[in-house]
Amino acid sequence: MHTFEFIRPADPAAAIAAAAQSKTAQQGADVRFMGGGTTLIDLMKLNVETPARVLDINRLPLDKIELTPDGGLKIGATLRNSDLAYDLRVQRDYPVLSQAILQGASAQIRNMATVAGNLLQRTRCVYFRDAAMPCNKREPGTGCPAITGHNRTLAILGASEHCIATNPSDMCVALAALEATIHIQGPKGPHAIPFGDFHLLPGNTPHRETVLEPGDLITHVTLPPPIGGSKQIYLKLRDRASYEFALASAAVVLTIANGKIARARIALGGVGTRPWRSPEAEAALTGRPVNDATFGQAAEAALRGAKPQSENAFKIELAKRCLTHALRTATAS
Amino acid sequence: MPSDNQQSCPPDPTRRKFLLTTGSSVAASLAATYVPAFANNAAVESAAASSGAGSNIEGAVPITLRINGKDHELRIDPRTTLLDCIRETVALTGTKKGCDHGQCGACTVHVNGKRVLSCLNLALMHDGHEITTIEGLGTPDALHPMQKAFLDCDGYQCGYCTSGQIMSAVALLKEPCGPDDVSVKELMSGNICRCGAYANIVAAIQQVRKNA
Repeated sequence: MHTFEFIRPADPAAAIAAAAQSKTAQQGADVRFMGGGTTLIDLMKLNVETPARVLDINRLPLDKIELTPDGGLKIGATLRNSDLAYDLRVQRDYPVLSQAILQGASAQIRNMATVAGNLLQRTRCVYFRDAAMPCNKREPGTGCPAITGHNRTLAILGASEHCIATNPSDMCVALAALEATIHIQGPKGPHAIPFGDFHLLPGNTPHRETVLEPGDLITHVTLPPPIGGSKQIYLKLRDRASYEFALASAAVVLTIANGKIARARIALGGVGTRPWRSPEAEAALTGRPVNDATFGQAAEAALRGAKPQSENAFKIELAKRCLTHALRTATAS
Repeated sequence: MPSDNQQSCPPDPTRRKFLLTTGSSVAASLAATYVPAFANNAAVESAAASSGAGSNIEGAVPITLRINGKDHELRIDPRTTLLDCIRETVALTGTKKGCDHGQCGACTVHVNGKRVLSCLNLALMHDGHEITTIEGLGTPDALHPMQKAFLDCDGYQCGYCTSGQIMSAVALLKEPCGPDDVSVKELMSGNICRCGAYANIVAAIQQVRKNA
């Protein structure tokens, strides 16, 4: 691990001012906010992240969860994943979020990892994590050995010729389906970003993963008011039953009226270069009868643009079955 | 002769004390031979020996860590993980280093009553926090019920993951967990046991929950 200066900013303004000195907020940032440490310390040990300054934001007053005036939920950036998943309001009104978090990582990691840290969770692509290997995400322009190498777990949606790394988060898949909003304070003042605009496709700049600029501090995430009677589920498929990243997952939020799907919000995990909201699946479900034929059409629509790598064509069928099964389970209750 | 053997043995010939003693003398002899390269190791040893006296580690910063109810005034390199600080600086070696990347759970300790992975935390993040390690749970004469249950149920083979398993299991008692074995297995999935003592570990945990 490289040496760094450890700083504990007194308040968000001090944290923002210190982070604004960084030349980037993306890969290779020389100033990093430290939340739970579960991603950052891991990557610092691997010399994938080498910040010169680490800002400990764990004692800033950003760890609350409270109701918004419109009846939604405001979730603090440094709230621990376990505290979010076990919150009774989340379990009652946003069960897809609670389920997604509890299917991710381990109990210890959920006790450590923060909400904002999970938003910024880095890919598990083995080439990204190995500083001895080329990687366009870690060192732009060095190439992507995953495309011709080990890519069984990597993306089939949203990849480019420069990067096929999968976004590993479960929480983010649920937040995409719940249409969360990410709130940021930065040198340019506060701003709010719809969840779908926060993560970037790799394109030819895979080292840029989010819209964050130097000094931008995620302060909280908001959820819209709960939708009464909605059916929600998070289904995750993986190589072992627990403590493993998704090969395919699906977050489903549906409302049903008169035997038809009135509203659908669908997101997929484990298959995309970012948390993968699927407007195609949503369109295939909306206004349609609740049956297997509808679910099958939604799954086909969601994966229509999928492009497999050499080792992961199975993920296309797996993701289809994952979404179909999730829809069937959600509507059976 | 039995009496000769007894005389030549140290008063408390445990494996742990033997390793600590030989480890220190090896480090000291290496430091004497290769002074520049091992200067930092020697400094860490001296901090360990005196439980946190000042050291000359370049860039070291002061911190007070409260571990098992006792304050330790230390000077550490900011890079020091909570795990390395507990083991190498404070010399509490019950907490184990397995993968050092948050994938095995061997380093599990409690911070303010919640289980965390000490390998993915910096020690500097924890001044003022209440840290509990396996040494703070019970003593050989007064075992924590979970320690006793692991003995009763044979919840280990090589023992390397055991302190992490027990720290996780004790924390689990206060977490939302269904009554069945499947729920226990799910909440214990962050603690890997390569000997495969899982069935007996679950039995030990269920024994404690049943008697609680």
